[in-house]
Amino acid sequence: MNILVCISSVPDTTTKINFSDNGSKFDSSGVQFVINPYDEFGLTKAIMLKEKHGGKVTTITVGELNIEPVIRKALAIGADEAVRVNMSPKDSYSTAVEISNYISENTFDLIICGKESSDYNGGVVGGIIAELTNRPFVNACNGLSITQNTANLYREIDGGKENLEIDLPIIIGGQKGLVEESELRIPNMRGIMQARTKPLLVIEPKMNDILTESISFEKPSERGDCKIISNENVSELVSLLQNEAKVI
Amino acid sequence: MSIIVYTESWEEKFRKSTFEAVSYASEVAKMLSTNVIAISFGEESSEELAKLGNYGAEKVLACNQIEKGDSEATSNFLAENSIDANIIVFATTNTSKMIASRLSAKIKAGIVSNVIELPSEVSPVTLKRKSFSSKAIEQVKVNSDKAIICLASNSYGVIENHKNCSIEKKTINSSENIRFKGQEIANGKLSLAEAEIIVSAGRGLKGPENWKMIEDLAETLGAATACSKPVSDIGWRSHDEHVGQTGKAVAPNLYFAIGISGAIQHLAGVNSSKVMVVINTDPEAPFFKSADYGIVGDAFEIVPKLIEEIKKIR
Ligand SMILES: Cc1cc2nc3c(=O)[nH]c(=O)nc-3n(C[C@H](O)[C@H](O)[C@H](O)COP(=O)(O)OP(=O)(O)OC[C@H]3O[C@@H](n4cnc5c(N)ncnc54)[C@H](O)[C@@H]3O)c2cc1C
Ligand SMILES: Nc1ncnc2c1ncn2[C@@H]1O[C@H](COP(=O)(O)O)[C@@H](O)[C@H]1O
Repeated sequence: MNILVCISSVPDTTTKINFSDNGSKFDSSGVQFVINPYDEFGLTKAIMLKEKHGGKVTTITVGELNIEPVIRKALAIGADEAVRVNMSPKDSYSTAVEISNYISENTFDLIICGKESSDYNGGVVGGIIAELTNRPFVNACNGLSITQNTANLYREIDGGKENLEIDLPIIIGGQKGLVEESELRIPNMRGIMQARTKPLLVIEPKMNDILTESISFEKPSERGDCKIISNENVSELVSLLQNEAKVI
Repeated sequence: MSIIVYTESWEEKFRKSTFEAVSYASEVAKMLSTNVIAISFGEESSEELAKLGNYGAEKVLACNQIEKGDSEATSNFLAENSIDANIIVFATTNTSKMIASRLSAKIKAGIVSNVIELPSEVSPVTLKRKSFSSKAIEQVKVNSDKAIICLASNSYGVIENHKNCSIEKKTINSSENIRFKGQEIANGKLSLAEAEIIVSAGRGLKGPENWKMIEDLAETLGAATACSKPVSDIGWRSHDEHVGQTGKAVAPNLYFAIGISGAIQHLAGVNSSKVMVVINTDPEAPFFKSADYGIVGDAFEIVPKLIEEIKKIR
């Protein structure tokens, strides 16, 4: 089984977000980049499926040279080879077009994206790829097993989950549940050594349209100071919530 | 040039996020001097369909129920029926995004999710969205002629605006690719996305056996329950309650954080809440810096008192 895992490189979750150039750009100085947390679940799932069914795990990332450490980490975790599309991602559509171009020139039974990237939180790249490559798409996928040529999937919906069955090839947007937190693979010494020599193919983007453009960023407005209420006086909290904040 | 809205229902009733999306669309329609057409794919009754008119829809295209999870048939129908529309509005739920993203590639419309405000301009469409796990607000401009807007839950509100609403039945076929096998319903639980009040608890509660008081507090308030990531990782509570940067992002009117330290990843998923209350034994817990009201104290003493006090006013 040939599996492609789309990996986006995002600021570490502890990052304090700042902007430069008058709030027009994300300021990445001093920021540690990591594999998007949702993509980590997908990567581990891909490796587990390969161990069970055989095949190959390829990763693809749209990004410039400076993100290669994140790609090497994916190789150290256990991907067989990686592809980097040499372009700074501009919007969901152009990113998805580049990934789709690569998919069209290769054969994959399963393409795993994350539910969303934890930087821009679009949650749409997977669906756009699905449409451009004409495959079924299941997002927020929190359970997947494959028998022969058929995938049995669970999809989180507000209020429960749906169980679906689809023939391969398919695209999913994955999250926790694909594998459990405790099953997540982390790189070991041998993996890190091997990753240095695994293939990392760099391909040039085919120029394409950018449909949405980030103009500026601001920080959400700060909350006022926290009003501390004495632990002897719980009724005051209730009265403040009722009469001042008017939320109960 | 109508505005199209995708509607979503649960157990034959429209979701609150759908009424928000229709309310939002009808305000955008006013800006463009046009009207709102809603499209449904569920099994809603005519009475339920007519409710869309209360929030500004002038017409509903009501398709027959199709295979659940089928984003191909729905996005095809939406594409065919939005040829004359420049703006298509969705909620930001999993199902909405699954269909909206497909549609965006099909009709080459720029898509913006997590939108929190009306467009500041309609041509080109320019609007604000939550970004970087709610650590930032991003202004985005759409360069394509058509724009797809996915509205974040609990950010615009449900606004009444009565219109005479006509209902037109449509027949569509499911795509053959997807076979729906059933659904599991998280029983008796209020949805985190739609809850106005959320009672959330963390590792400070010491063990799963202590959640009874959290559930009682939630029940007293008509609230949903949530938890921090370690609590679901160690299996004290189910994964669907995990909120934060890597769990669900929520935006209720009132969020209680009980025995939660306030790590940056937790705050990222909850700081869009309008009012936050912290109960924590440690006065230095970082959550106090992000909350509106706080009590320094032991949850095991405070929560039962809180339930008692709330019962007095309810
Ligand atoms: C990549 C990554 C992603 C993450 N994503 C998330 C996420 O999405 N959501 C999330 O929640 N976390 C996330 N985390 C984890 C996060 O960093 C914190 O570890 C976590 O939020 C802490 O959970 P907690 O507050 O329940 O536990 P703790 O940090 O252990 O805090 C417990 C708190 O309870 C208080 N307490 C103890 N006893 C009592 C009592 N009797 N009464 C009242 N208070 C008491 C303590 O003072 C303390 O403040 C993530 C971490 C990483 C590395
Ligand atoms: N630059 C990128 N390179 C590779 N995959 C990406 C990139 N951006 C997004 N993706 C994939 O698309 C998913 C959803 O991203 P988004 O739509 O940006 O929230 C991510 O979890 C990744 O799997």
